[in-house]
Amino acid sequence: MQPLMNRLSKLSPYLEALPLSAVFLAFFAVPIVLVVVVSFFDYETYQLLIPAFTLENYREVFSEPVTYQTYLITIEFCALTWAITAMLGFLIAYFLAFQVRSKTTQMVLLLACSIPFWTSIVIRMIAWIPLLGRNGLVNRLLIEIGLVNAPQEWLLYSGFAVVLGYVHLYTLTMIVPIFNSMVRIDRSLIEAAVDAGAGTWQVITTVILPLSKTGIAIGSIFVIAMVMGDFVTVDVLGGGQVASVGKQIATQLSYLQFPPAAANAMVLLVAVIVMIALLMRAVDIRKEL
Amino acid sequence: MSRPPIFWALALLLGLFVVFLYGPIATIVVLSFQGPEGGLVFPMNGVSLHWFAQLFQPQSVGDIWGSFDRSLGLGLVVMVCTVLFSFLAGLAFRRRFKGSTTLLYLAVASLVMPSVVVSLGIGALFEMLGVERAWYSSALGAHLTWTLPFGLLIMFAVFNRFNPAYEEAARDQGASGWQTVRHVVVPLILPSLVGVALFGFTLSYDEIARTSQSVGALNTLPLELEAMQTNATTPVIYALGTMTTALSLVVIGTSLIAVLLVRRRRARYGSDAGQAV
Repeated sequence: MQPLMNRLSKLSPYLEALPLSAVFLAFFAVPIVLVVVVSFFDYETYQLLIPAFTLENYREVFSEPVTYQTYLITIEFCALTWAITAMLGFLIAYFLAFQVRSKTTQMVLLLACSIPFWTSIVIRMIAWIPLLGRNGLVNRLLIEIGLVNAPQEWLLYSGFAVVLGYVHLYTLTMIVPIFNSMVRIDRSLIEAAVDAGAGTWQVITTVILPLSKTGIAIGSIFVIAMVMGDFVTVDVLGGGQVASVGKQIATQLSYLQFPPAAANAMVLLVAVIVMIALLMRAVDIRKEL
Repeated sequence: MSRPPIFWALALLLGLFVVFLYGPIATIVVLSFQGPEGGLVFPMNGVSLHWFAQLFQPQSVGDIWGSFDRSLGLGLVVMVCTVLFSFLAGLAFRRRFKGSTTLLYLAVASLVMPSVVVSLGIGALFEMLGVERAWYSSALGAHLTWTLPFGLLIMFAVFNRFNPAYEEAARDQGASGWQTVRHVVVPLILPSLVGVALFGFTLSYDEIARTSQSVGALNTLPLELEAMQTNATTPVIYALGTMTTALSLVVIGTSLIAVLLVRRRRARYGSDAGQAV
């Protein structure tokens, strides 16, 4: 009886991890491998997947000038969104972690920032339309105060609207990890800096900023991954005017062109991995996990 | 001690950020109460519940209630699976086992993988197997790749702080493995399990990117909304937005109240062990 029990207890972590492993295997690992495989497949109008080994899909991706344009736009969106969310995220996290003194106030404010994260992304995007549209609130206000004399068209269905949407959706993904890094900073380090004569600004740049690098890196990974692959925000707030890599892939998929979409997705994936790898080189994230 | 100027500057920034965060949603909530003659933008043309009533009329475009039912059903299934699978995996990760590092990397990769790639892969998988895509199969899997990493990471945080002495005490008193889990571990980490359930349900209920290519012919509510907004001509879409946001808020509120109640109960009935000087 005892040896059997021993064997069972050795087995138990495997049994416990089984459902999770099965899900990731069937719905994540296998599909990603399939994307790689399918990117070399052939296709026709009536047959979506023809097993083959052709580089045609990749040749197509790299020979279309439109590819370079969409990548340029996507990277531009990504850089802008990253700069704005990192700045906002750092300042807000700093305020919550170091300027707000009561723990309760800290938690209430953090919760206030987090609640929209649990509500619908689509609604949060659609909600900009009555504000930014041709007859929207912002245009009315601008005309009312005489800043402009005709409705501004660039407010909606434009790159501006898309980046605004990203900042609206993803600033929280910066705030939380940066806040998390900041609350772990030993307060005596700051006292030491102040005793050594550092002003508030010097404390921020020489003590707090270097020590919250990990949080900034984790937040950045999320923002990069979400913006680089996004097609929903581009669709809703960019209208037909804006094309990103994700949107291009989604369009190909809507025509059921799996192989070219897969090749495109592979290029996107490599781009994202390179960006994340560069980040990881700058900051050792594993230290914090 | 008075506050430094930087405090007020940053407080103002946070205030503006909160307005920026809630302002747009507030706008569509207000607009959803437009009068029957009112349009998609301000000014308000009277105040009424007309557009909420319209939600229950047959629609010329879109299948609101069908997609709502699917989203709700999917959200509940995803919630149960997320809580159960993450909890079990959390238990597993407390011990060393072969492949644990790979599994962790898989989970993290699944979290940061661009959704369009996951969605495409699952679509291709079902296409190759010749299985029709549906919300209860392919979309369920797609949602779990998104909610399980959150659940697992929360469980890590929980078990890192968990004191194994409680389990040892239970075992010393003759509790079986199952009894220890059921009567000691689960009650202790209940607030975190409620948190995982909240993540599981709301992330699934609002998910759109991973769903889009994996759901098949019948849409979930977020996809239906995205399709509807392209040719929306009446504030019905705002009424729907208000309704689904309200549902999200009810779920968030219920979870928070549940966590607070458990805490209060503990403060009242908890033991005083370790409190003595």
